[in-house]
Amino acid sequence: MSLDAAMPRATAPAILPGSGGLRGAFSDLFWRRPKLLLLLMLLPPVLWLGIVYIGSLFALLLQSFFSIDEFSGLINREFTLKTYGDLLQAANLDIILRTVTMAALVTLASAVIAFPIAYYAARYARGRWKALFYLGVMLPLWSSYLVKVYAWKLILAKEGILTWLLGKLNLLWVLDGWLSLPIVGGNSLSVSFTGTFIVFVYVWLPFMILPVQAALERVPGNLVEASSDLGASPGQTFSNVLFPLALPGIVAGSIFTFSLTLGDYIIPQIIGTSRLFIGQAVYSQQGTAGNIPLAAAFTVVPIVIMGFYLWGAKRMGAFDAL
Amino acid sequence: MRSDRGQSAPLGLKIAAACGLLFLHLPILLIFVYAFTTEEKSFVWPPPGLTTQWFAVTWNRPDVWEALSLSIRVAAISTAIALVLGTLCAAAVSQTRFFGRETISLLVILPIALPGIITGIALRSAFALADIPFSFWTIVLGHATFCVVVVYNNAVARFRRTSGSMIEASMDLGADGFQTFRHVVLPNIATALLAGGMLAFALSFDEVIVTTFTAGQQQTVPIWMLEELIRPRQRPVTNVVAMVVVLVTLLPILLAYYLTRDGDQIAGSGK
Repeated sequence: MSLDAAMPRATAPAILPGSGGLRGAFSDLFWRRPKLLLLLMLLPPVLWLGIVYIGSLFALLLQSFFSIDEFSGLINREFTLKTYGDLLQAANLDIILRTVTMAALVTLASAVIAFPIAYYAARYARGRWKALFYLGVMLPLWSSYLVKVYAWKLILAKEGILTWLLGKLNLLWVLDGWLSLPIVGGNSLSVSFTGTFIVFVYVWLPFMILPVQAALERVPGNLVEASSDLGASPGQTFSNVLFPLALPGIVAGSIFTFSLTLGDYIIPQIIGTSRLFIGQAVYSQQGTAGNIPLAAAFTVVPIVIMGFYLWGAKRMGAFDAL
Repeated sequence: MRSDRGQSAPLGLKIAAACGLLFLHLPILLIFVYAFTTEEKSFVWPPPGLTTQWFAVTWNRPDVWEALSLSIRVAAISTAIALVLGTLCAAAVSQTRFFGRETISLLVILPIALPGIITGIALRSAFALADIPFSFWTIVLGHATFCVVVVYNNAVARFRRTSGSMIEASMDLGADGFQTFRHVVLPNIATALLAGGMLAFALSFDEVIVTTFTAGQQQTVPIWMLEELIRPRQRPVTNVVAMVVVLVTLLPILLAYYLTRDGDQIAGSGK
Protein backbone atom coordinates (compact mmCIF):
# COMPACT_ATOMS: atom_id res chain seq x y z
CA MET A 1 0.00 0.00 0.00
CA SER A 2 2.85 2.34 0.74
CA LEU A 3 4.22 2.22 -2.78
CA ASP A 4 0.86 2.97 -4.36
CA ALA A 5 0.47 5.96 -2.17
CA ALA A 6 3.98 7.17 -2.78
CA MET A 7 3.89 6.95 -6.56
CA PRO A 8 2.36 9.86 -8.44
CA ARG A 9 -0.64 8.92 -10.60
CA ALA A 10 0.11 7.97 -14.19
CA THR A 11 -1.25 11.26 -15.45
CA ALA A 12 1.01 13.34 -13.23
CA PRO A 13 4.49 14.17 -14.49
CA ALA A 14 7.01 11.60 -13.32
CA ILE A 15 9.52 14.24 -12.33
CA LEU A 16 8.34 17.24 -10.40
CA PRO A 17 9.85 20.59 -11.23
CA GLY A 18 12.57 21.55 -8.81
CA SER A 19 11.68 24.39 -6.55
CA GLY A 20 13.99 27.33 -6.58
CA GLY A 21 14.19 30.32 -4.33
CA LEU A 22 14.23 30.19 -0.57
CA ARG A 23 12.72 26.71 -0.38
CA GLY A 24 15.36 25.29 -2.65
CA ALA A 25 18.09 27.02 -0.71
CA PHE A 26 16.87 25.52 2.55
CA SER A 27 16.56 22.09 0.96
CA ASP A 28 20.16 22.32 -0.27
CA LEU A 29 21.36 23.55 3.08
CA PHE A 30 19.74 20.60 4.89
CA TRP A 31 21.22 18.21 2.36
CA ARG A 32 24.72 19.57 2.88
CA ARG A 33 24.38 19.86 6.67
CA PRO A 34 22.23 16.95 7.89
CA LYS A 35 23.22 17.77 11.48
CA LEU A 36 21.46 21.11 11.16
CA LEU A 37 18.24 19.42 10.07
CA LEU A 38 18.54 16.94 12.94
CA LEU A 39 19.01 19.79 15.38
CA LEU A 40 15.98 21.63 14.01
CA MET A 41 13.87 18.48 14.26
CA LEU A 42 14.93 17.69 17.79
CA LEU A 43 14.78 21.19 19.16
CA PRO A 44 10.98 21.58 19.56
CA PRO A 45 10.25 18.23 21.28
CA VAL A 46 13.35 18.41 23.47
CA LEU A 47 12.63 22.00 24.47
CA TRP A 48 9.00 21.16 25.25
CA LEU A 49 9.73 18.02 27.27
CA GLY A 50 12.84 19.50 28.81
CA ILE A 51 11.21 22.70 30.00
CA VAL A 52 7.66 21.56 30.72
CA TYR A 53 8.34 18.10 32.06
CA ILE A 54 11.89 17.85 33.37
CA GLY A 55 11.66 21.44 34.56
CA SER A 56 8.53 20.62 36.52
CA LEU A 57 10.09 17.52 38.00
CA PHE A 58 12.98 19.65 39.23
CA ALA A 59 10.56 22.20 40.61
CA LEU A 60 8.92 19.34 42.48
CA LEU A 61 12.20 18.01 43.86
CA LEU A 62 13.16 21.52 44.87
CA GLN A 63 9.89 21.98 46.74
CA SER A 64 10.50 18.80 48.74
CA PHE A 65 13.51 20.55 50.31
CA PHE A 66 11.38 23.50 51.38
CA SER A 67 9.30 23.36 54.52
CA ILE A 68 5.99 24.66 55.69
CA ASP A 69 5.65 27.06 58.59
CA GLU A 70 3.24 25.30 60.93
CA PHE A 71 1.74 28.47 62.34
CA SER A 72 1.29 30.66 59.30
CA GLY A 73 0.89 27.82 56.75
CA LEU A 74 3.29 29.69 54.46
CA ILE A 75 6.00 27.90 52.57
CA ASN A 76 9.48 28.67 53.77
CA ARG A 77 11.77 28.67 50.74
CA GLU A 78 14.96 27.66 52.47
CA PHE A 79 16.84 24.44 52.04
CA THR A 80 15.97 21.96 54.78
CA LEU A 81 15.58 18.21 55.31
CA LYS A 82 12.77 18.77 57.81
CA THR A 83 10.07 17.70 55.34
CA TYR A 84 11.78 14.37 54.77
CA GLY A 85 11.89 14.01 58.55
CA ASP A 86 8.11 14.51 58.61
CA LEU A 87 7.80 11.84 55.94
CA LEU A 88 9.31 9.27 58.31
CA GLN A 89 6.59 9.65 60.93
CA ALA A 90 4.85 6.38 61.79
CA ALA A 91 1.56 7.42 60.19
CA ASN A 92 3.27 8.22 56.90
CA LEU A 93 5.34 5.03 56.94
CA ASP A 94 2.05 3.18 57.40
CA ILE A 95 0.71 4.78 54.25
CA ILE A 96 3.81 3.81 52.29
CA LEU A 97 3.76 0.23 53.56
CA ARG A 98 0.02 -0.12 52.81
CA THR A 99 0.48 1.15 49.26
CA VAL A 100 3.47 -1.06 48.50
CA THR A 101 1.66 -4.16 49.88
CA MET A 102 -1.38 -3.35 47.76
CA ALA A 103 0.79 -2.82 44.67
CA ALA A 104 2.53 -6.17 45.21
CA LEU A 105 -0.75 -8.06 45.69
CA VAL A 106 -2.35 -6.39 42.68
CA THR A 107 0.68 -7.26 40.55
CA LEU A 108 0.57 -10.90 41.66
CA ALA A 109 -3.15 -11.25 40.99
CA SER A 110 -2.93 -9.57 37.58
CA ALA A 111 -0.13 -11.93 36.57
CA VAL A 112 -2.22 -14.97 37.55
CA ILE A 113 -5.32 -13.78 35.68
CA ALA A 114 -3.36 -12.48 32.70
CA PHE A 115 -1.38 -15.64 32.01
CA PRO A 116 -4.17 -17.89 30.63
CA ILE A 117 -5.51 -15.10 28.40
CA ALA A 118 -2.05 -14.26 27.10
CA TYR A 119 -1.13 -17.92 26.61
CA TYR A 120 -4.33 -18.74 24.75
CA ALA A 121 -3.99 -15.66 22.54
CA ALA A 122 -0.32 -16.39 21.80
CA ARG A 123 -0.49 -20.13 21.17
CA TYR A 124 -3.98 -21.15 20.13
CA ALA A 125 -5.81 -18.11 18.75
CA ARG A 126 -5.42 -17.73 14.98
CA GLY A 127 -6.76 -15.35 12.35
CA ARG A 128 -10.08 -13.89 13.32
CA TRP A 129 -9.83 -15.12 16.91
CA LYS A 130 -6.44 -13.54 17.28
CA ALA A 131 -7.84 -10.16 16.22
CA LEU A 132 -10.77 -10.65 18.58
CA PHE A 133 -8.46 -11.39 21.49
CA TYR A 134 -6.36 -8.38 20.62
CA LEU A 135 -9.33 -6.04 20.55
CA GLY A 136 -10.70 -7.82 23.61
CA VAL A 137 -7.68 -6.63 25.57
CA MET A 138 -7.25 -3.31 23.79
CA LEU A 139 -10.77 -1.97 24.27
CA PRO A 140 -10.81 -2.30 28.07
CA LEU A 141 -7.26 -0.89 28.15
CA TRP A 142 -8.37 2.27 26.38
CA SER A 143 -11.86 2.56 27.84
CA SER A 144 -12.30 5.47 30.13
CA TYR A 145 -10.58 4.90 33.46
CA LEU A 146 -13.28 6.69 35.42
CA VAL A 147 -16.06 4.79 33.71
CA LYS A 148 -14.36 1.55 34.68
CA VAL A 149 -14.10 2.67 38.29
CA TYR A 150 -17.71 3.82 38.15
CA ALA A 151 -18.81 0.45 36.78
CA TRP A 152 -17.26 -1.23 39.80
CA LYS A 153 -18.99 1.17 42.14
CA LEU A 154 -22.23 -0.07 40.61
CA ILE A 155 -21.18 -3.70 40.91
CA LEU A 156 -19.84 -3.58 44.45
CA ALA A 157 -22.60 -1.39 45.93
CA LYS A 158 -24.59 -3.07 48.67
CA GLU A 159 -27.73 -3.07 46.54
CA GLY A 160 -25.72 -3.87 43.39
CA ILE A 161 -25.46 -6.78 41.02
CA LEU A 162 -22.87 -8.78 42.96
CA THR A 163 -24.96 -9.02 46.12
CA TRP A 164 -27.99 -9.84 43.97
CA LEU A 165 -26.09 -12.60 42.16
CA LEU A 166 -24.74 -14.12 45.35
CA GLY A 167 -28.24 -13.95 46.84
CA LYS A 168 -29.64 -15.88 43.88
CA LEU A 169 -26.93 -18.50 44.31
CA ASN A 170 -27.54 -18.69 48.07
CA LEU A 171 -23.93 -17.70 48.65
CA LEU A 172 -24.51 -14.50 50.63
CA TRP A 173 -22.96 -16.13 53.69
CA VAL A 174 -19.61 -16.25 51.86
CA LEU A 175 -19.73 -12.50 51.26
CA ASP A 176 -20.84 -11.76 54.82
CA GLY A 177 -18.14 -14.03 56.19
CA TRP A 178 -15.49 -12.31 54.10
CA LEU A 179 -16.69 -8.83 55.06
CA SER A 180 -16.57 -9.67 58.75
CA LEU A 181 -12.85 -10.44 58.51
CA PRO A 182 -10.49 -7.81 59.90
CA ILE A 183 -8.46 -5.60 57.49
CA VAL A 184 -9.91 -6.98 54.23
CA GLY A 185 -13.54 -6.65 55.35
CA GLY A 186 -15.82 -3.70 55.96
CA ASN A 187 -19.44 -2.58 55.81
CA SER A 188 -19.74 -3.47 52.14
CA LEU A 189 -17.31 -4.40 49.40
CA SER A 190 -17.27 -0.83 48.08
CA VAL A 191 -15.79 0.45 51.34
CA SER A 192 -13.25 -2.32 51.93
CA PHE A 193 -9.67 -3.06 50.89
CA THR A 194 -11.01 -6.08 49.02
CA GLY A 195 -13.01 -3.73 46.81
CA THR A 196 -9.98 -1.50 46.24
CA PHE A 197 -7.94 -4.56 45.35
CA ILE A 198 -10.50 -5.90 42.84
CA VAL A 199 -10.80 -2.57 41.07
CA PHE A 200 -7.01 -2.12 40.88
CA VAL A 201 -6.64 -5.59 39.37
CA TYR A 202 -9.44 -4.90 36.90
CA VAL A 203 -8.13 -1.55 35.75
CA TRP A 204 -4.48 -2.57 35.32
CA LEU A 205 -5.00 -6.12 34.02
CA PRO A 206 -4.67 -5.25 30.29
CA PHE A 207 -1.28 -3.66 31.02
CA MET A 208 -0.13 -7.09 32.21
CA ILE A 209 -1.70 -9.18 29.44
CA LEU A 210 0.00 -7.40 26.52
CA PRO A 211 3.67 -7.84 27.52
CA VAL A 212 3.09 -11.41 28.75
CA GLN A 213 1.49 -12.22 25.43
CA ALA A 214 4.40 -10.61 23.59
CA ALA A 215 6.84 -12.77 25.57
CA LEU A 216 4.81 -15.96 24.97
CA GLU A 217 4.52 -15.26 21.22
CA ARG A 218 8.27 -15.78 21.08
CA VAL A 219 8.16 -19.24 22.69
CA PRO A 220 8.22 -21.82 19.88
CA GLY A 221 5.36 -24.30 20.19
CA ASN A 222 7.64 -27.27 19.65
CA LEU A 223 9.50 -26.38 22.83
CA VAL A 224 6.36 -27.17 24.80
CA GLU A 225 5.84 -30.35 22.78
CA ALA A 226 9.42 -31.44 23.28
CA SER A 227 8.96 -31.01 26.99
CA SER A 228 5.89 -33.24 27.07
CA ASP A 229 7.51 -35.75 24.69
CA LEU A 230 10.32 -36.03 27.18
CA GLY A 231 7.81 -37.02 29.82
CA ALA A 232 7.08 -33.79 31.65
CA SER A 233 3.59 -33.34 33.04
CA PRO A 234 1.76 -30.13 32.03
CA GLY A 235 2.63 -28.72 35.44
CA GLN A 236 6.32 -29.48 34.98
CA THR A 237 6.27 -28.01 31.48
CA PHE A 238 4.75 -24.87 32.89
CA SER A 239 7.20 -24.41 35.73
CA ASN A 240 10.35 -25.46 33.83
CA VAL A 241 9.70 -24.21 30.30
CA LEU A 242 6.85 -21.74 29.94
CA PHE A 243 7.17 -19.76 33.14
CA PRO A 244 10.90 -18.97 32.86
CA LEU A 245 10.40 -17.86 29.26
CA ALA A 246 7.37 -15.74 30.14
CA LEU A 247 9.03 -14.17 33.16
CA PRO A 248 10.54 -11.15 31.35
CA GLY A 249 7.05 -10.37 30.05
CA ILE A 250 5.54 -10.70 33.49
CA VAL A 251 8.20 -8.41 34.93
CA ALA A 252 7.58 -5.91 32.14
CA GLY A 253 3.85 -5.97 32.88
CA SER A 254 4.47 -5.68 36.58
CA ILE A 255 6.30 -2.39 35.98
CA PHE A 256 2.96 -0.95 34.89
CA THR A 257 0.73 -2.60 37.49
CA PHE A 258 3.14 -1.70 40.28
CA SER A 259 3.84 1.85 39.20
CA LEU A 260 0.21 2.64 38.43
CA THR A 261 -0.98 1.29 41.78
CA LEU A 262 1.68 3.25 43.63
CA GLY A 263 0.58 6.52 42.09
CA ASP A 264 -3.19 6.14 41.96
CA TYR A 265 -5.33 8.21 44.27
CA ILE A 266 -8.75 8.01 42.66
CA ILE A 267 -9.56 4.32 43.06
CA PRO A 268 -8.88 4.12 46.82
CA GLN A 269 -10.80 7.36 47.28
CA ILE A 270 -13.93 6.12 45.50
CA ILE A 271 -13.82 2.46 46.42
CA GLY A 272 -12.05 1.80 49.67
CA THR A 273 -11.67 2.61 53.31
CA SER A 274 -10.75 5.96 54.82
CA ARG A 275 -7.16 4.82 55.33
CA LEU A 276 -4.90 6.62 52.86
CA PHE A 277 -2.64 5.46 50.05
CA ILE A 278 0.43 7.39 48.83
CA GLY A 279 -1.49 9.05 46.01
CA GLN A 280 -4.23 10.24 48.35
CA ALA A 281 -1.66 11.53 50.82
CA VAL A 282 -0.01 13.54 48.05
CA TYR A 283 -3.35 14.88 46.91
CA SER A 284 -4.60 15.90 50.32
CA GLN A 285 -1.25 17.41 51.33
CA GLN A 286 -1.12 19.63 48.26
CA GLY A 287 -4.84 20.42 48.27
CA THR A 288 -6.58 20.84 51.59
CA ALA A 289 -3.45 20.95 53.73
CA GLY A 290 -1.58 23.21 51.30
CA ASN A 291 1.64 21.49 52.31
CA ILE A 292 3.29 21.19 48.90
CA PRO A 293 6.73 20.34 50.35
CA LEU A 294 5.38 17.25 52.10
CA ALA A 295 3.36 16.29 49.01
CA ALA A 296 6.54 16.61 46.97
CA ALA A 297 8.49 14.49 49.43
CA PHE A 298 5.75 11.85 49.25
CA THR A 299 6.06 11.62 45.46
CA VAL A 300 9.76 10.96 45.84
CA VAL A 301 8.83 7.61 47.43
CA PRO A 302 7.25 6.06 44.30
CA ILE A 303 10.01 7.59 42.16
CA VAL A 304 12.68 5.89 44.28
CA ILE A 305 10.77 2.59 44.47
CA MET A 306 10.20 2.59 40.71
CA GLY A 307 13.86 3.49 40.16
CA PHE A 308 14.95 0.33 41.98
CA TYR A 309 12.19 -1.66 40.32
CA LEU A 310 13.23 -0.57 36.83
CA TRP A 311 16.86 -1.29 37.62
CA GLY A 312 15.98 -4.82 38.73
CA ALA A 313 13.67 -5.32 35.76
CA LYS A 314 16.37 -4.25 33.34
CA ARG A 315 18.72 -6.83 34.83
CA MET A 316 16.09 -9.51 34.21
CA GLY A 317 15.78 -8.50 30.57
CA ALA A 318 12.25 -7.20 30.96
CA PHE A 319 12.74 -4.32 28.54
CA ASP A 320 13.23 -6.67 25.62
CA ALA A 321 9.68 -7.90 26.23
CA LEU A 322 8.11 -4.45 26.07
CA MET B 1 7.35 -23.19 12.29
CA ARG B 2 4.75 -24.59 14.57
CA SER B 3 3.85 -28.23 14.69
CA ASP B 4 0.73 -27.69 16.74
CA ARG B 5 -1.56 -26.52 13.97
CA GLY B 6 -5.12 -27.63 14.48
CA GLN B 7 -4.42 -28.72 18.01
CA SER B 8 -7.01 -27.35 20.40
CA ALA B 9 -6.37 -25.87 23.79
CA PRO B 10 -6.93 -27.76 27.04
CA LEU B 11 -10.40 -27.14 28.46
CA GLY B 12 -9.07 -25.55 31.64
CA LEU B 13 -7.09 -22.99 29.65
CA LYS B 14 -10.10 -22.16 27.49
CA ILE B 15 -12.28 -21.59 30.55
CA ALA B 16 -9.64 -19.48 32.31
CA ALA B 17 -9.08 -17.32 29.21
CA ALA B 18 -12.81 -16.91 28.63
CA CYS B 19 -13.42 -15.97 32.26
CA GLY B 20 -10.59 -13.45 32.08
CA LEU B 21 -12.08 -11.79 29.02
CA LEU B 22 -15.55 -11.75 30.56
CA PHE B 23 -14.06 -10.15 33.68
CA LEU B 24 -12.65 -7.42 31.42
CA HIS B 25 -15.85 -6.74 29.49
CA LEU B 26 -18.92 -7.36 31.64
CA PRO B 27 -18.42 -4.33 33.92
CA ILE B 28 -18.33 -1.98 30.93
CA LEU B 29 -21.48 -3.54 29.46
CA LEU B 30 -23.20 -2.98 32.78
CA ILE B 31 -22.85 0.78 32.25
CA PHE B 32 -25.12 0.51 29.22
CA VAL B 33 -27.89 -1.09 31.25
CA TYR B 34 -27.66 1.48 34.04
CA ALA B 35 -28.02 4.35 31.56
CA PHE B 36 -31.63 3.22 31.04
CA THR B 37 -32.65 2.52 34.64
CA THR B 38 -35.61 4.32 36.20
CA GLU B 39 -33.98 4.26 39.64
CA GLU B 40 -32.64 7.65 40.72
CA LYS B 41 -31.30 7.29 44.21
CA SER B 42 -29.36 4.05 44.38
CA PHE B 43 -27.45 1.53 42.26
CA VAL B 44 -30.08 -1.16 42.75
CA TRP B 45 -29.90 -4.27 40.56
CA PRO B 46 -31.90 -5.43 38.69
CA PRO B 47 -33.18 -2.06 37.46
CA PRO B 48 -36.83 -1.59 38.50
CA GLY B 49 -37.71 -0.33 35.03
CA LEU B 50 -36.20 0.98 31.83
CA THR B 51 -36.54 4.49 30.42
CA THR B 52 -34.84 6.80 27.96
CA GLN B 53 -35.82 10.00 29.78
CA TRP B 54 -32.31 10.50 31.23
CA PHE B 55 -30.91 11.07 27.77
CA ALA B 56 -33.20 14.09 27.40
CA VAL B 57 -32.33 15.29 30.91
CA THR B 58 -28.61 15.01 30.15
CA TRP B 59 -29.06 16.75 26.81
CA ASN B 60 -30.46 19.81 28.60
CA ARG B 61 -27.68 20.07 31.15
CA PRO B 62 -25.42 23.06 30.37
CA ASP B 63 -22.67 21.86 32.75
CA VAL B 64 -22.32 18.60 30.81
CA TRP B 65 -22.07 20.48 27.52
CA GLU B 66 -19.49 22.89 28.92
CA ALA B 67 -17.36 20.02 30.20
CA LEU B 68 -17.66 18.23 26.88
CA SER B 69 -16.68 21.31 24.92
CA LEU B 70 -13.66 21.95 27.15
CA SER B 71 -12.56 18.31 26.88
CA ILE B 72 -12.82 18.30 23.11
CA ARG B 73 -10.95 21.59 22.74
CA VAL B 74 -8.18 20.45 25.08
CA ALA B 75 -7.90 17.06 23.35
CA ALA B 76 -7.82 18.60 19.88
CA ILE B 77 -5.09 21.12 20.65
CA SER B 78 -3.03 18.67 22.71
CA THR B 79 -3.26 16.15 19.90
CA ALA B 80 -2.12 18.74 17.36
CA ILE B 81 0.90 19.68 19.50
CA ALA B 82 1.68 16.02 20.19
CA LEU B 83 1.48 15.19 16.47
CA VAL B 84 4.08 17.81 15.59
CA LEU B 85 6.45 17.07 18.47
CA GLY B 86 6.04 13.28 18.30
CA THR B 87 6.62 13.09 14.56
CA LEU B 88 9.70 15.33 14.70
CA CYS B 89 11.14 13.26 17.51
CA ALA B 90 10.36 9.94 15.81
CA ALA B 91 11.87 11.12 12.53
CA ALA B 92 15.05 12.28 14.24
CA VAL B 93 15.44 9.13 16.32
CA SER B 94 14.69 6.60 13.60
CA GLN B 95 16.41 8.19 10.61
CA THR B 96 19.73 9.06 12.16
CA ARG B 97 22.08 7.87 14.84
CA PHE B 98 23.44 10.46 17.15
CA PHE B 99 24.81 10.86 20.61
CA GLY B 100 22.10 10.86 23.26
CA ARG B 101 19.54 9.06 21.10
CA GLU B 102 18.59 6.69 23.93
CA THR B 103 18.18 9.61 26.28
CA ILE B 104 15.70 11.21 23.90
CA SER B 105 13.53 8.08 23.76
CA LEU B 106 13.63 7.88 27.55
CA LEU B 107 12.66 11.54 27.80
CA VAL B 108 9.62 10.96 25.61
CA ILE B 109 8.48 7.85 27.48
CA LEU B 110 9.06 9.21 30.99
CA PRO B 111 5.82 11.23 31.31
CA ILE B 112 3.82 8.05 30.90
CA ALA B 113 6.18 5.67 32.71
CA LEU B 114 6.05 7.60 35.97
CA PRO B 115 2.70 7.60 37.78
CA GLY B 116 0.37 10.35 36.59
CA ILE B 117 0.24 11.89 40.02
CA ILE B 118 3.94 12.73 39.76
CA THR B 119 3.46 14.49 36.43
CA GLY B 120 0.46 16.25 37.91
CA ILE B 121 2.02 17.47 41.11
CA ALA B 122 5.23 18.38 39.28
CA LEU B 123 3.32 20.66 36.91
CA ARG B 124 1.23 22.00 39.77
CA SER B 125 4.29 22.91 41.81
CA ALA B 126 5.99 24.43 38.76
CA PHE B 127 2.93 26.62 38.18
CA ALA B 128 3.00 27.58 41.84
CA LEU B 129 6.71 28.45 41.74
CA ALA B 130 6.34 30.48 38.56
CA ASP B 131 3.05 32.10 39.67
CA ILE B 132 1.21 30.88 36.57
CA PRO B 133 -2.58 30.98 37.08
CA PHE B 134 -4.66 27.98 35.98
CA SER B 135 -6.13 28.32 32.52
CA PHE B 136 -7.10 26.39 29.43
CA TRP B 137 -3.44 26.36 28.46
CA THR B 138 -2.21 24.84 31.71
CA ILE B 139 -4.42 21.81 30.97
CA VAL B 140 -3.12 21.64 27.39
CA LEU B 141 0.46 21.87 28.63
CA GLY B 142 0.04 18.73 30.73
CA HIS B 143 -1.96 16.77 28.17
CA ALA B 144 0.35 17.47 25.24
CA THR B 145 3.31 16.31 27.33
CA PHE B 146 2.02 12.79 27.85
CA CYS B 147 0.35 12.56 24.42
CA VAL B 148 3.69 12.96 22.61
CA VAL B 149 4.67 9.40 23.51
CA VAL B 150 1.63 7.85 21.81
CA VAL B 151 2.27 9.61 18.51
CA TYR B 152 5.99 8.91 18.87
CA ASN B 153 5.47 5.16 19.37
CA ASN B 154 3.27 4.86 16.30
CA ALA B 155 5.50 6.99 14.10
CA VAL B 156 8.69 5.19 15.17
CA ALA B 157 7.14 1.81 14.38
CA ARG B 158 6.16 3.01 10.92
CA PHE B 159 9.51 4.65 10.20
CA ARG B 160 11.16 1.36 11.08
CA ARG B 161 9.08 -0.36 8.40
CA THR B 162 9.67 2.32 5.79
CA SER B 163 12.83 1.65 3.88
CA GLY B 164 15.32 4.49 3.75
CA SER B 165 16.13 3.65 0.13
CA MET B 166 12.80 5.15 -0.95
CA ILE B 167 13.90 8.50 0.36
CA GLU B 168 17.25 8.12 -1.35
CA ALA B 169 15.54 7.14 -4.61
CA SER B 170 13.38 10.22 -4.41
CA MET B 171 16.43 12.40 -3.89
CA ASP B 172 18.26 10.66 -6.74
CA LEU B 173 15.33 11.43 -9.01
CA GLY B 174 15.84 15.08 -8.29
CA ALA B 175 13.27 15.82 -5.60
CA ASP B 176 14.39 18.29 -3.00
CA GLY B 177 13.97 17.68 0.73
CA PHE B 178 10.52 19.26 0.96
CA GLN B 179 9.22 17.43 -2.10
CA THR B 180 10.53 14.13 -0.72
CA PHE B 181 8.75 14.81 2.55
CA ARG B 182 5.51 15.80 0.84
CA HIS B 183 5.37 13.02 -1.77
CA VAL B 184 7.29 10.12 -0.22
CA VAL B 185 7.59 10.35 3.55
CA LEU B 186 4.18 11.81 4.39
CA PRO B 187 2.07 9.30 2.39
CA ASN B 188 4.02 6.52 4.06
CA ILE B 189 3.55 7.62 7.61
CA ALA B 190 0.10 9.22 7.22
CA THR B 191 -1.95 6.32 8.56
CA ALA B 192 0.43 5.82 11.48
CA LEU B 193 0.12 9.51 12.35
CA LEU B 194 -3.65 9.34 12.06
CA ALA B 195 -3.71 6.31 14.35
CA GLY B 196 -1.35 8.01 16.80
CA GLY B 197 -3.49 11.12 16.71
CA MET B 198 -6.63 9.10 17.43
CA LEU B 199 -5.01 7.44 20.41
CA ALA B 200 -3.62 10.73 21.68
CA PHE B 201 -7.09 12.24 21.42
CA ALA B 202 -8.60 9.33 23.35
CA LEU B 203 -5.87 9.54 25.97
CA SER B 204 -6.36 13.25 26.48
CA PHE B 205 -10.16 13.04 26.43
CA ASP B 206 -10.07 10.47 29.24
CA GLU B 207 -7.22 11.80 31.38
CA VAL B 208 -8.15 12.75 34.91
CA ILE B 209 -5.18 12.42 37.28
CA VAL B 210 -2.90 15.04 35.73
CA THR B 211 -5.90 17.24 34.92
CA THR B 212 -7.01 17.52 38.55
CA PHE B 213 -3.69 19.25 39.22
CA THR B 214 -3.65 21.56 36.23
CA ALA B 215 -7.29 22.55 35.76
CA GLY B 216 -8.03 24.69 38.79
CA GLN B 217 -11.78 25.32 38.78
CA GLN B 218 -12.36 24.24 35.18
CA GLN B 219 -14.24 21.03 34.47
CA THR B 220 -13.39 18.54 31.74
CA VAL B 221 -15.67 15.54 31.29
CA PRO B 222 -13.52 13.24 33.47
CA ILE B 223 -13.36 15.88 36.21
CA TRP B 224 -17.13 16.31 36.02
CA MET B 225 -17.48 12.54 36.43
CA LEU B 226 -15.03 12.46 39.30
CA GLU B 227 -17.04 15.11 41.14
CA GLU B 228 -20.17 13.04 40.61
CA LEU B 229 -18.41 9.93 41.88
CA ILE B 230 -17.24 11.62 45.06
CA ARG B 231 -20.40 13.63 45.72
CA PRO B 232 -23.20 12.05 43.68
CA ARG B 233 -25.90 14.60 42.87
CA GLN B 234 -27.60 13.18 39.84
CA ARG B 235 -26.83 9.53 39.34
CA PRO B 236 -28.91 8.95 36.18
CA VAL B 237 -27.11 11.79 34.39
CA THR B 238 -23.78 10.30 35.42
CA ASN B 239 -24.88 6.93 34.01
CA VAL B 240 -25.72 8.49 30.66
CA VAL B 241 -22.47 10.49 30.53
CA ALA B 242 -20.50 7.34 31.37
CA MET B 243 -22.14 5.50 28.50
CA VAL B 244 -21.46 8.34 26.06
CA VAL B 245 -17.81 8.48 27.19
CA VAL B 246 -17.41 4.75 26.50
CA LEU B 247 -18.80 5.21 23.00
CA VAL B 248 -16.74 8.33 22.30
CA THR B 249 -13.47 6.61 23.25
CA LEU B 250 -14.42 3.38 21.47
CA LEU B 251 -14.46 4.93 17.98
CA PRO B 252 -10.91 6.34 17.86
CA ILE B 253 -9.50 3.07 19.24
CA LEU B 254 -11.26 0.94 16.64
CA LEU B 255 -10.21 3.34 13.92
CA ALA B 256 -6.59 3.34 15.08
CA TYR B 257 -6.62 -0.45 15.13
CA TYR B 258 -8.13 -0.58 11.65
CA LEU B 259 -5.53 1.85 10.27
CA THR B 260 -2.51 -0.06 11.51
CA ARG B 261 -3.68 -3.68 11.72
CA ASP B 262 -1.54 -4.97 8.85
CA GLY B 263 1.68 -3.66 10.36
CA ASP B 264 4.12 -5.49 12.57
CA GLN B 265 3.17 -3.27 15.46
CA ILE B 266 -0.45 -2.42 15.94
CA ALA B 267 -1.37 0.92 17.41
CA GLY B 268 -2.38 1.09 21.01
CA SER B 269 -0.34 -1.69 22.54
CA GLY B 270 1.32 0.84 24.80
CA LYS B 271 -0.74 3.33 26.72
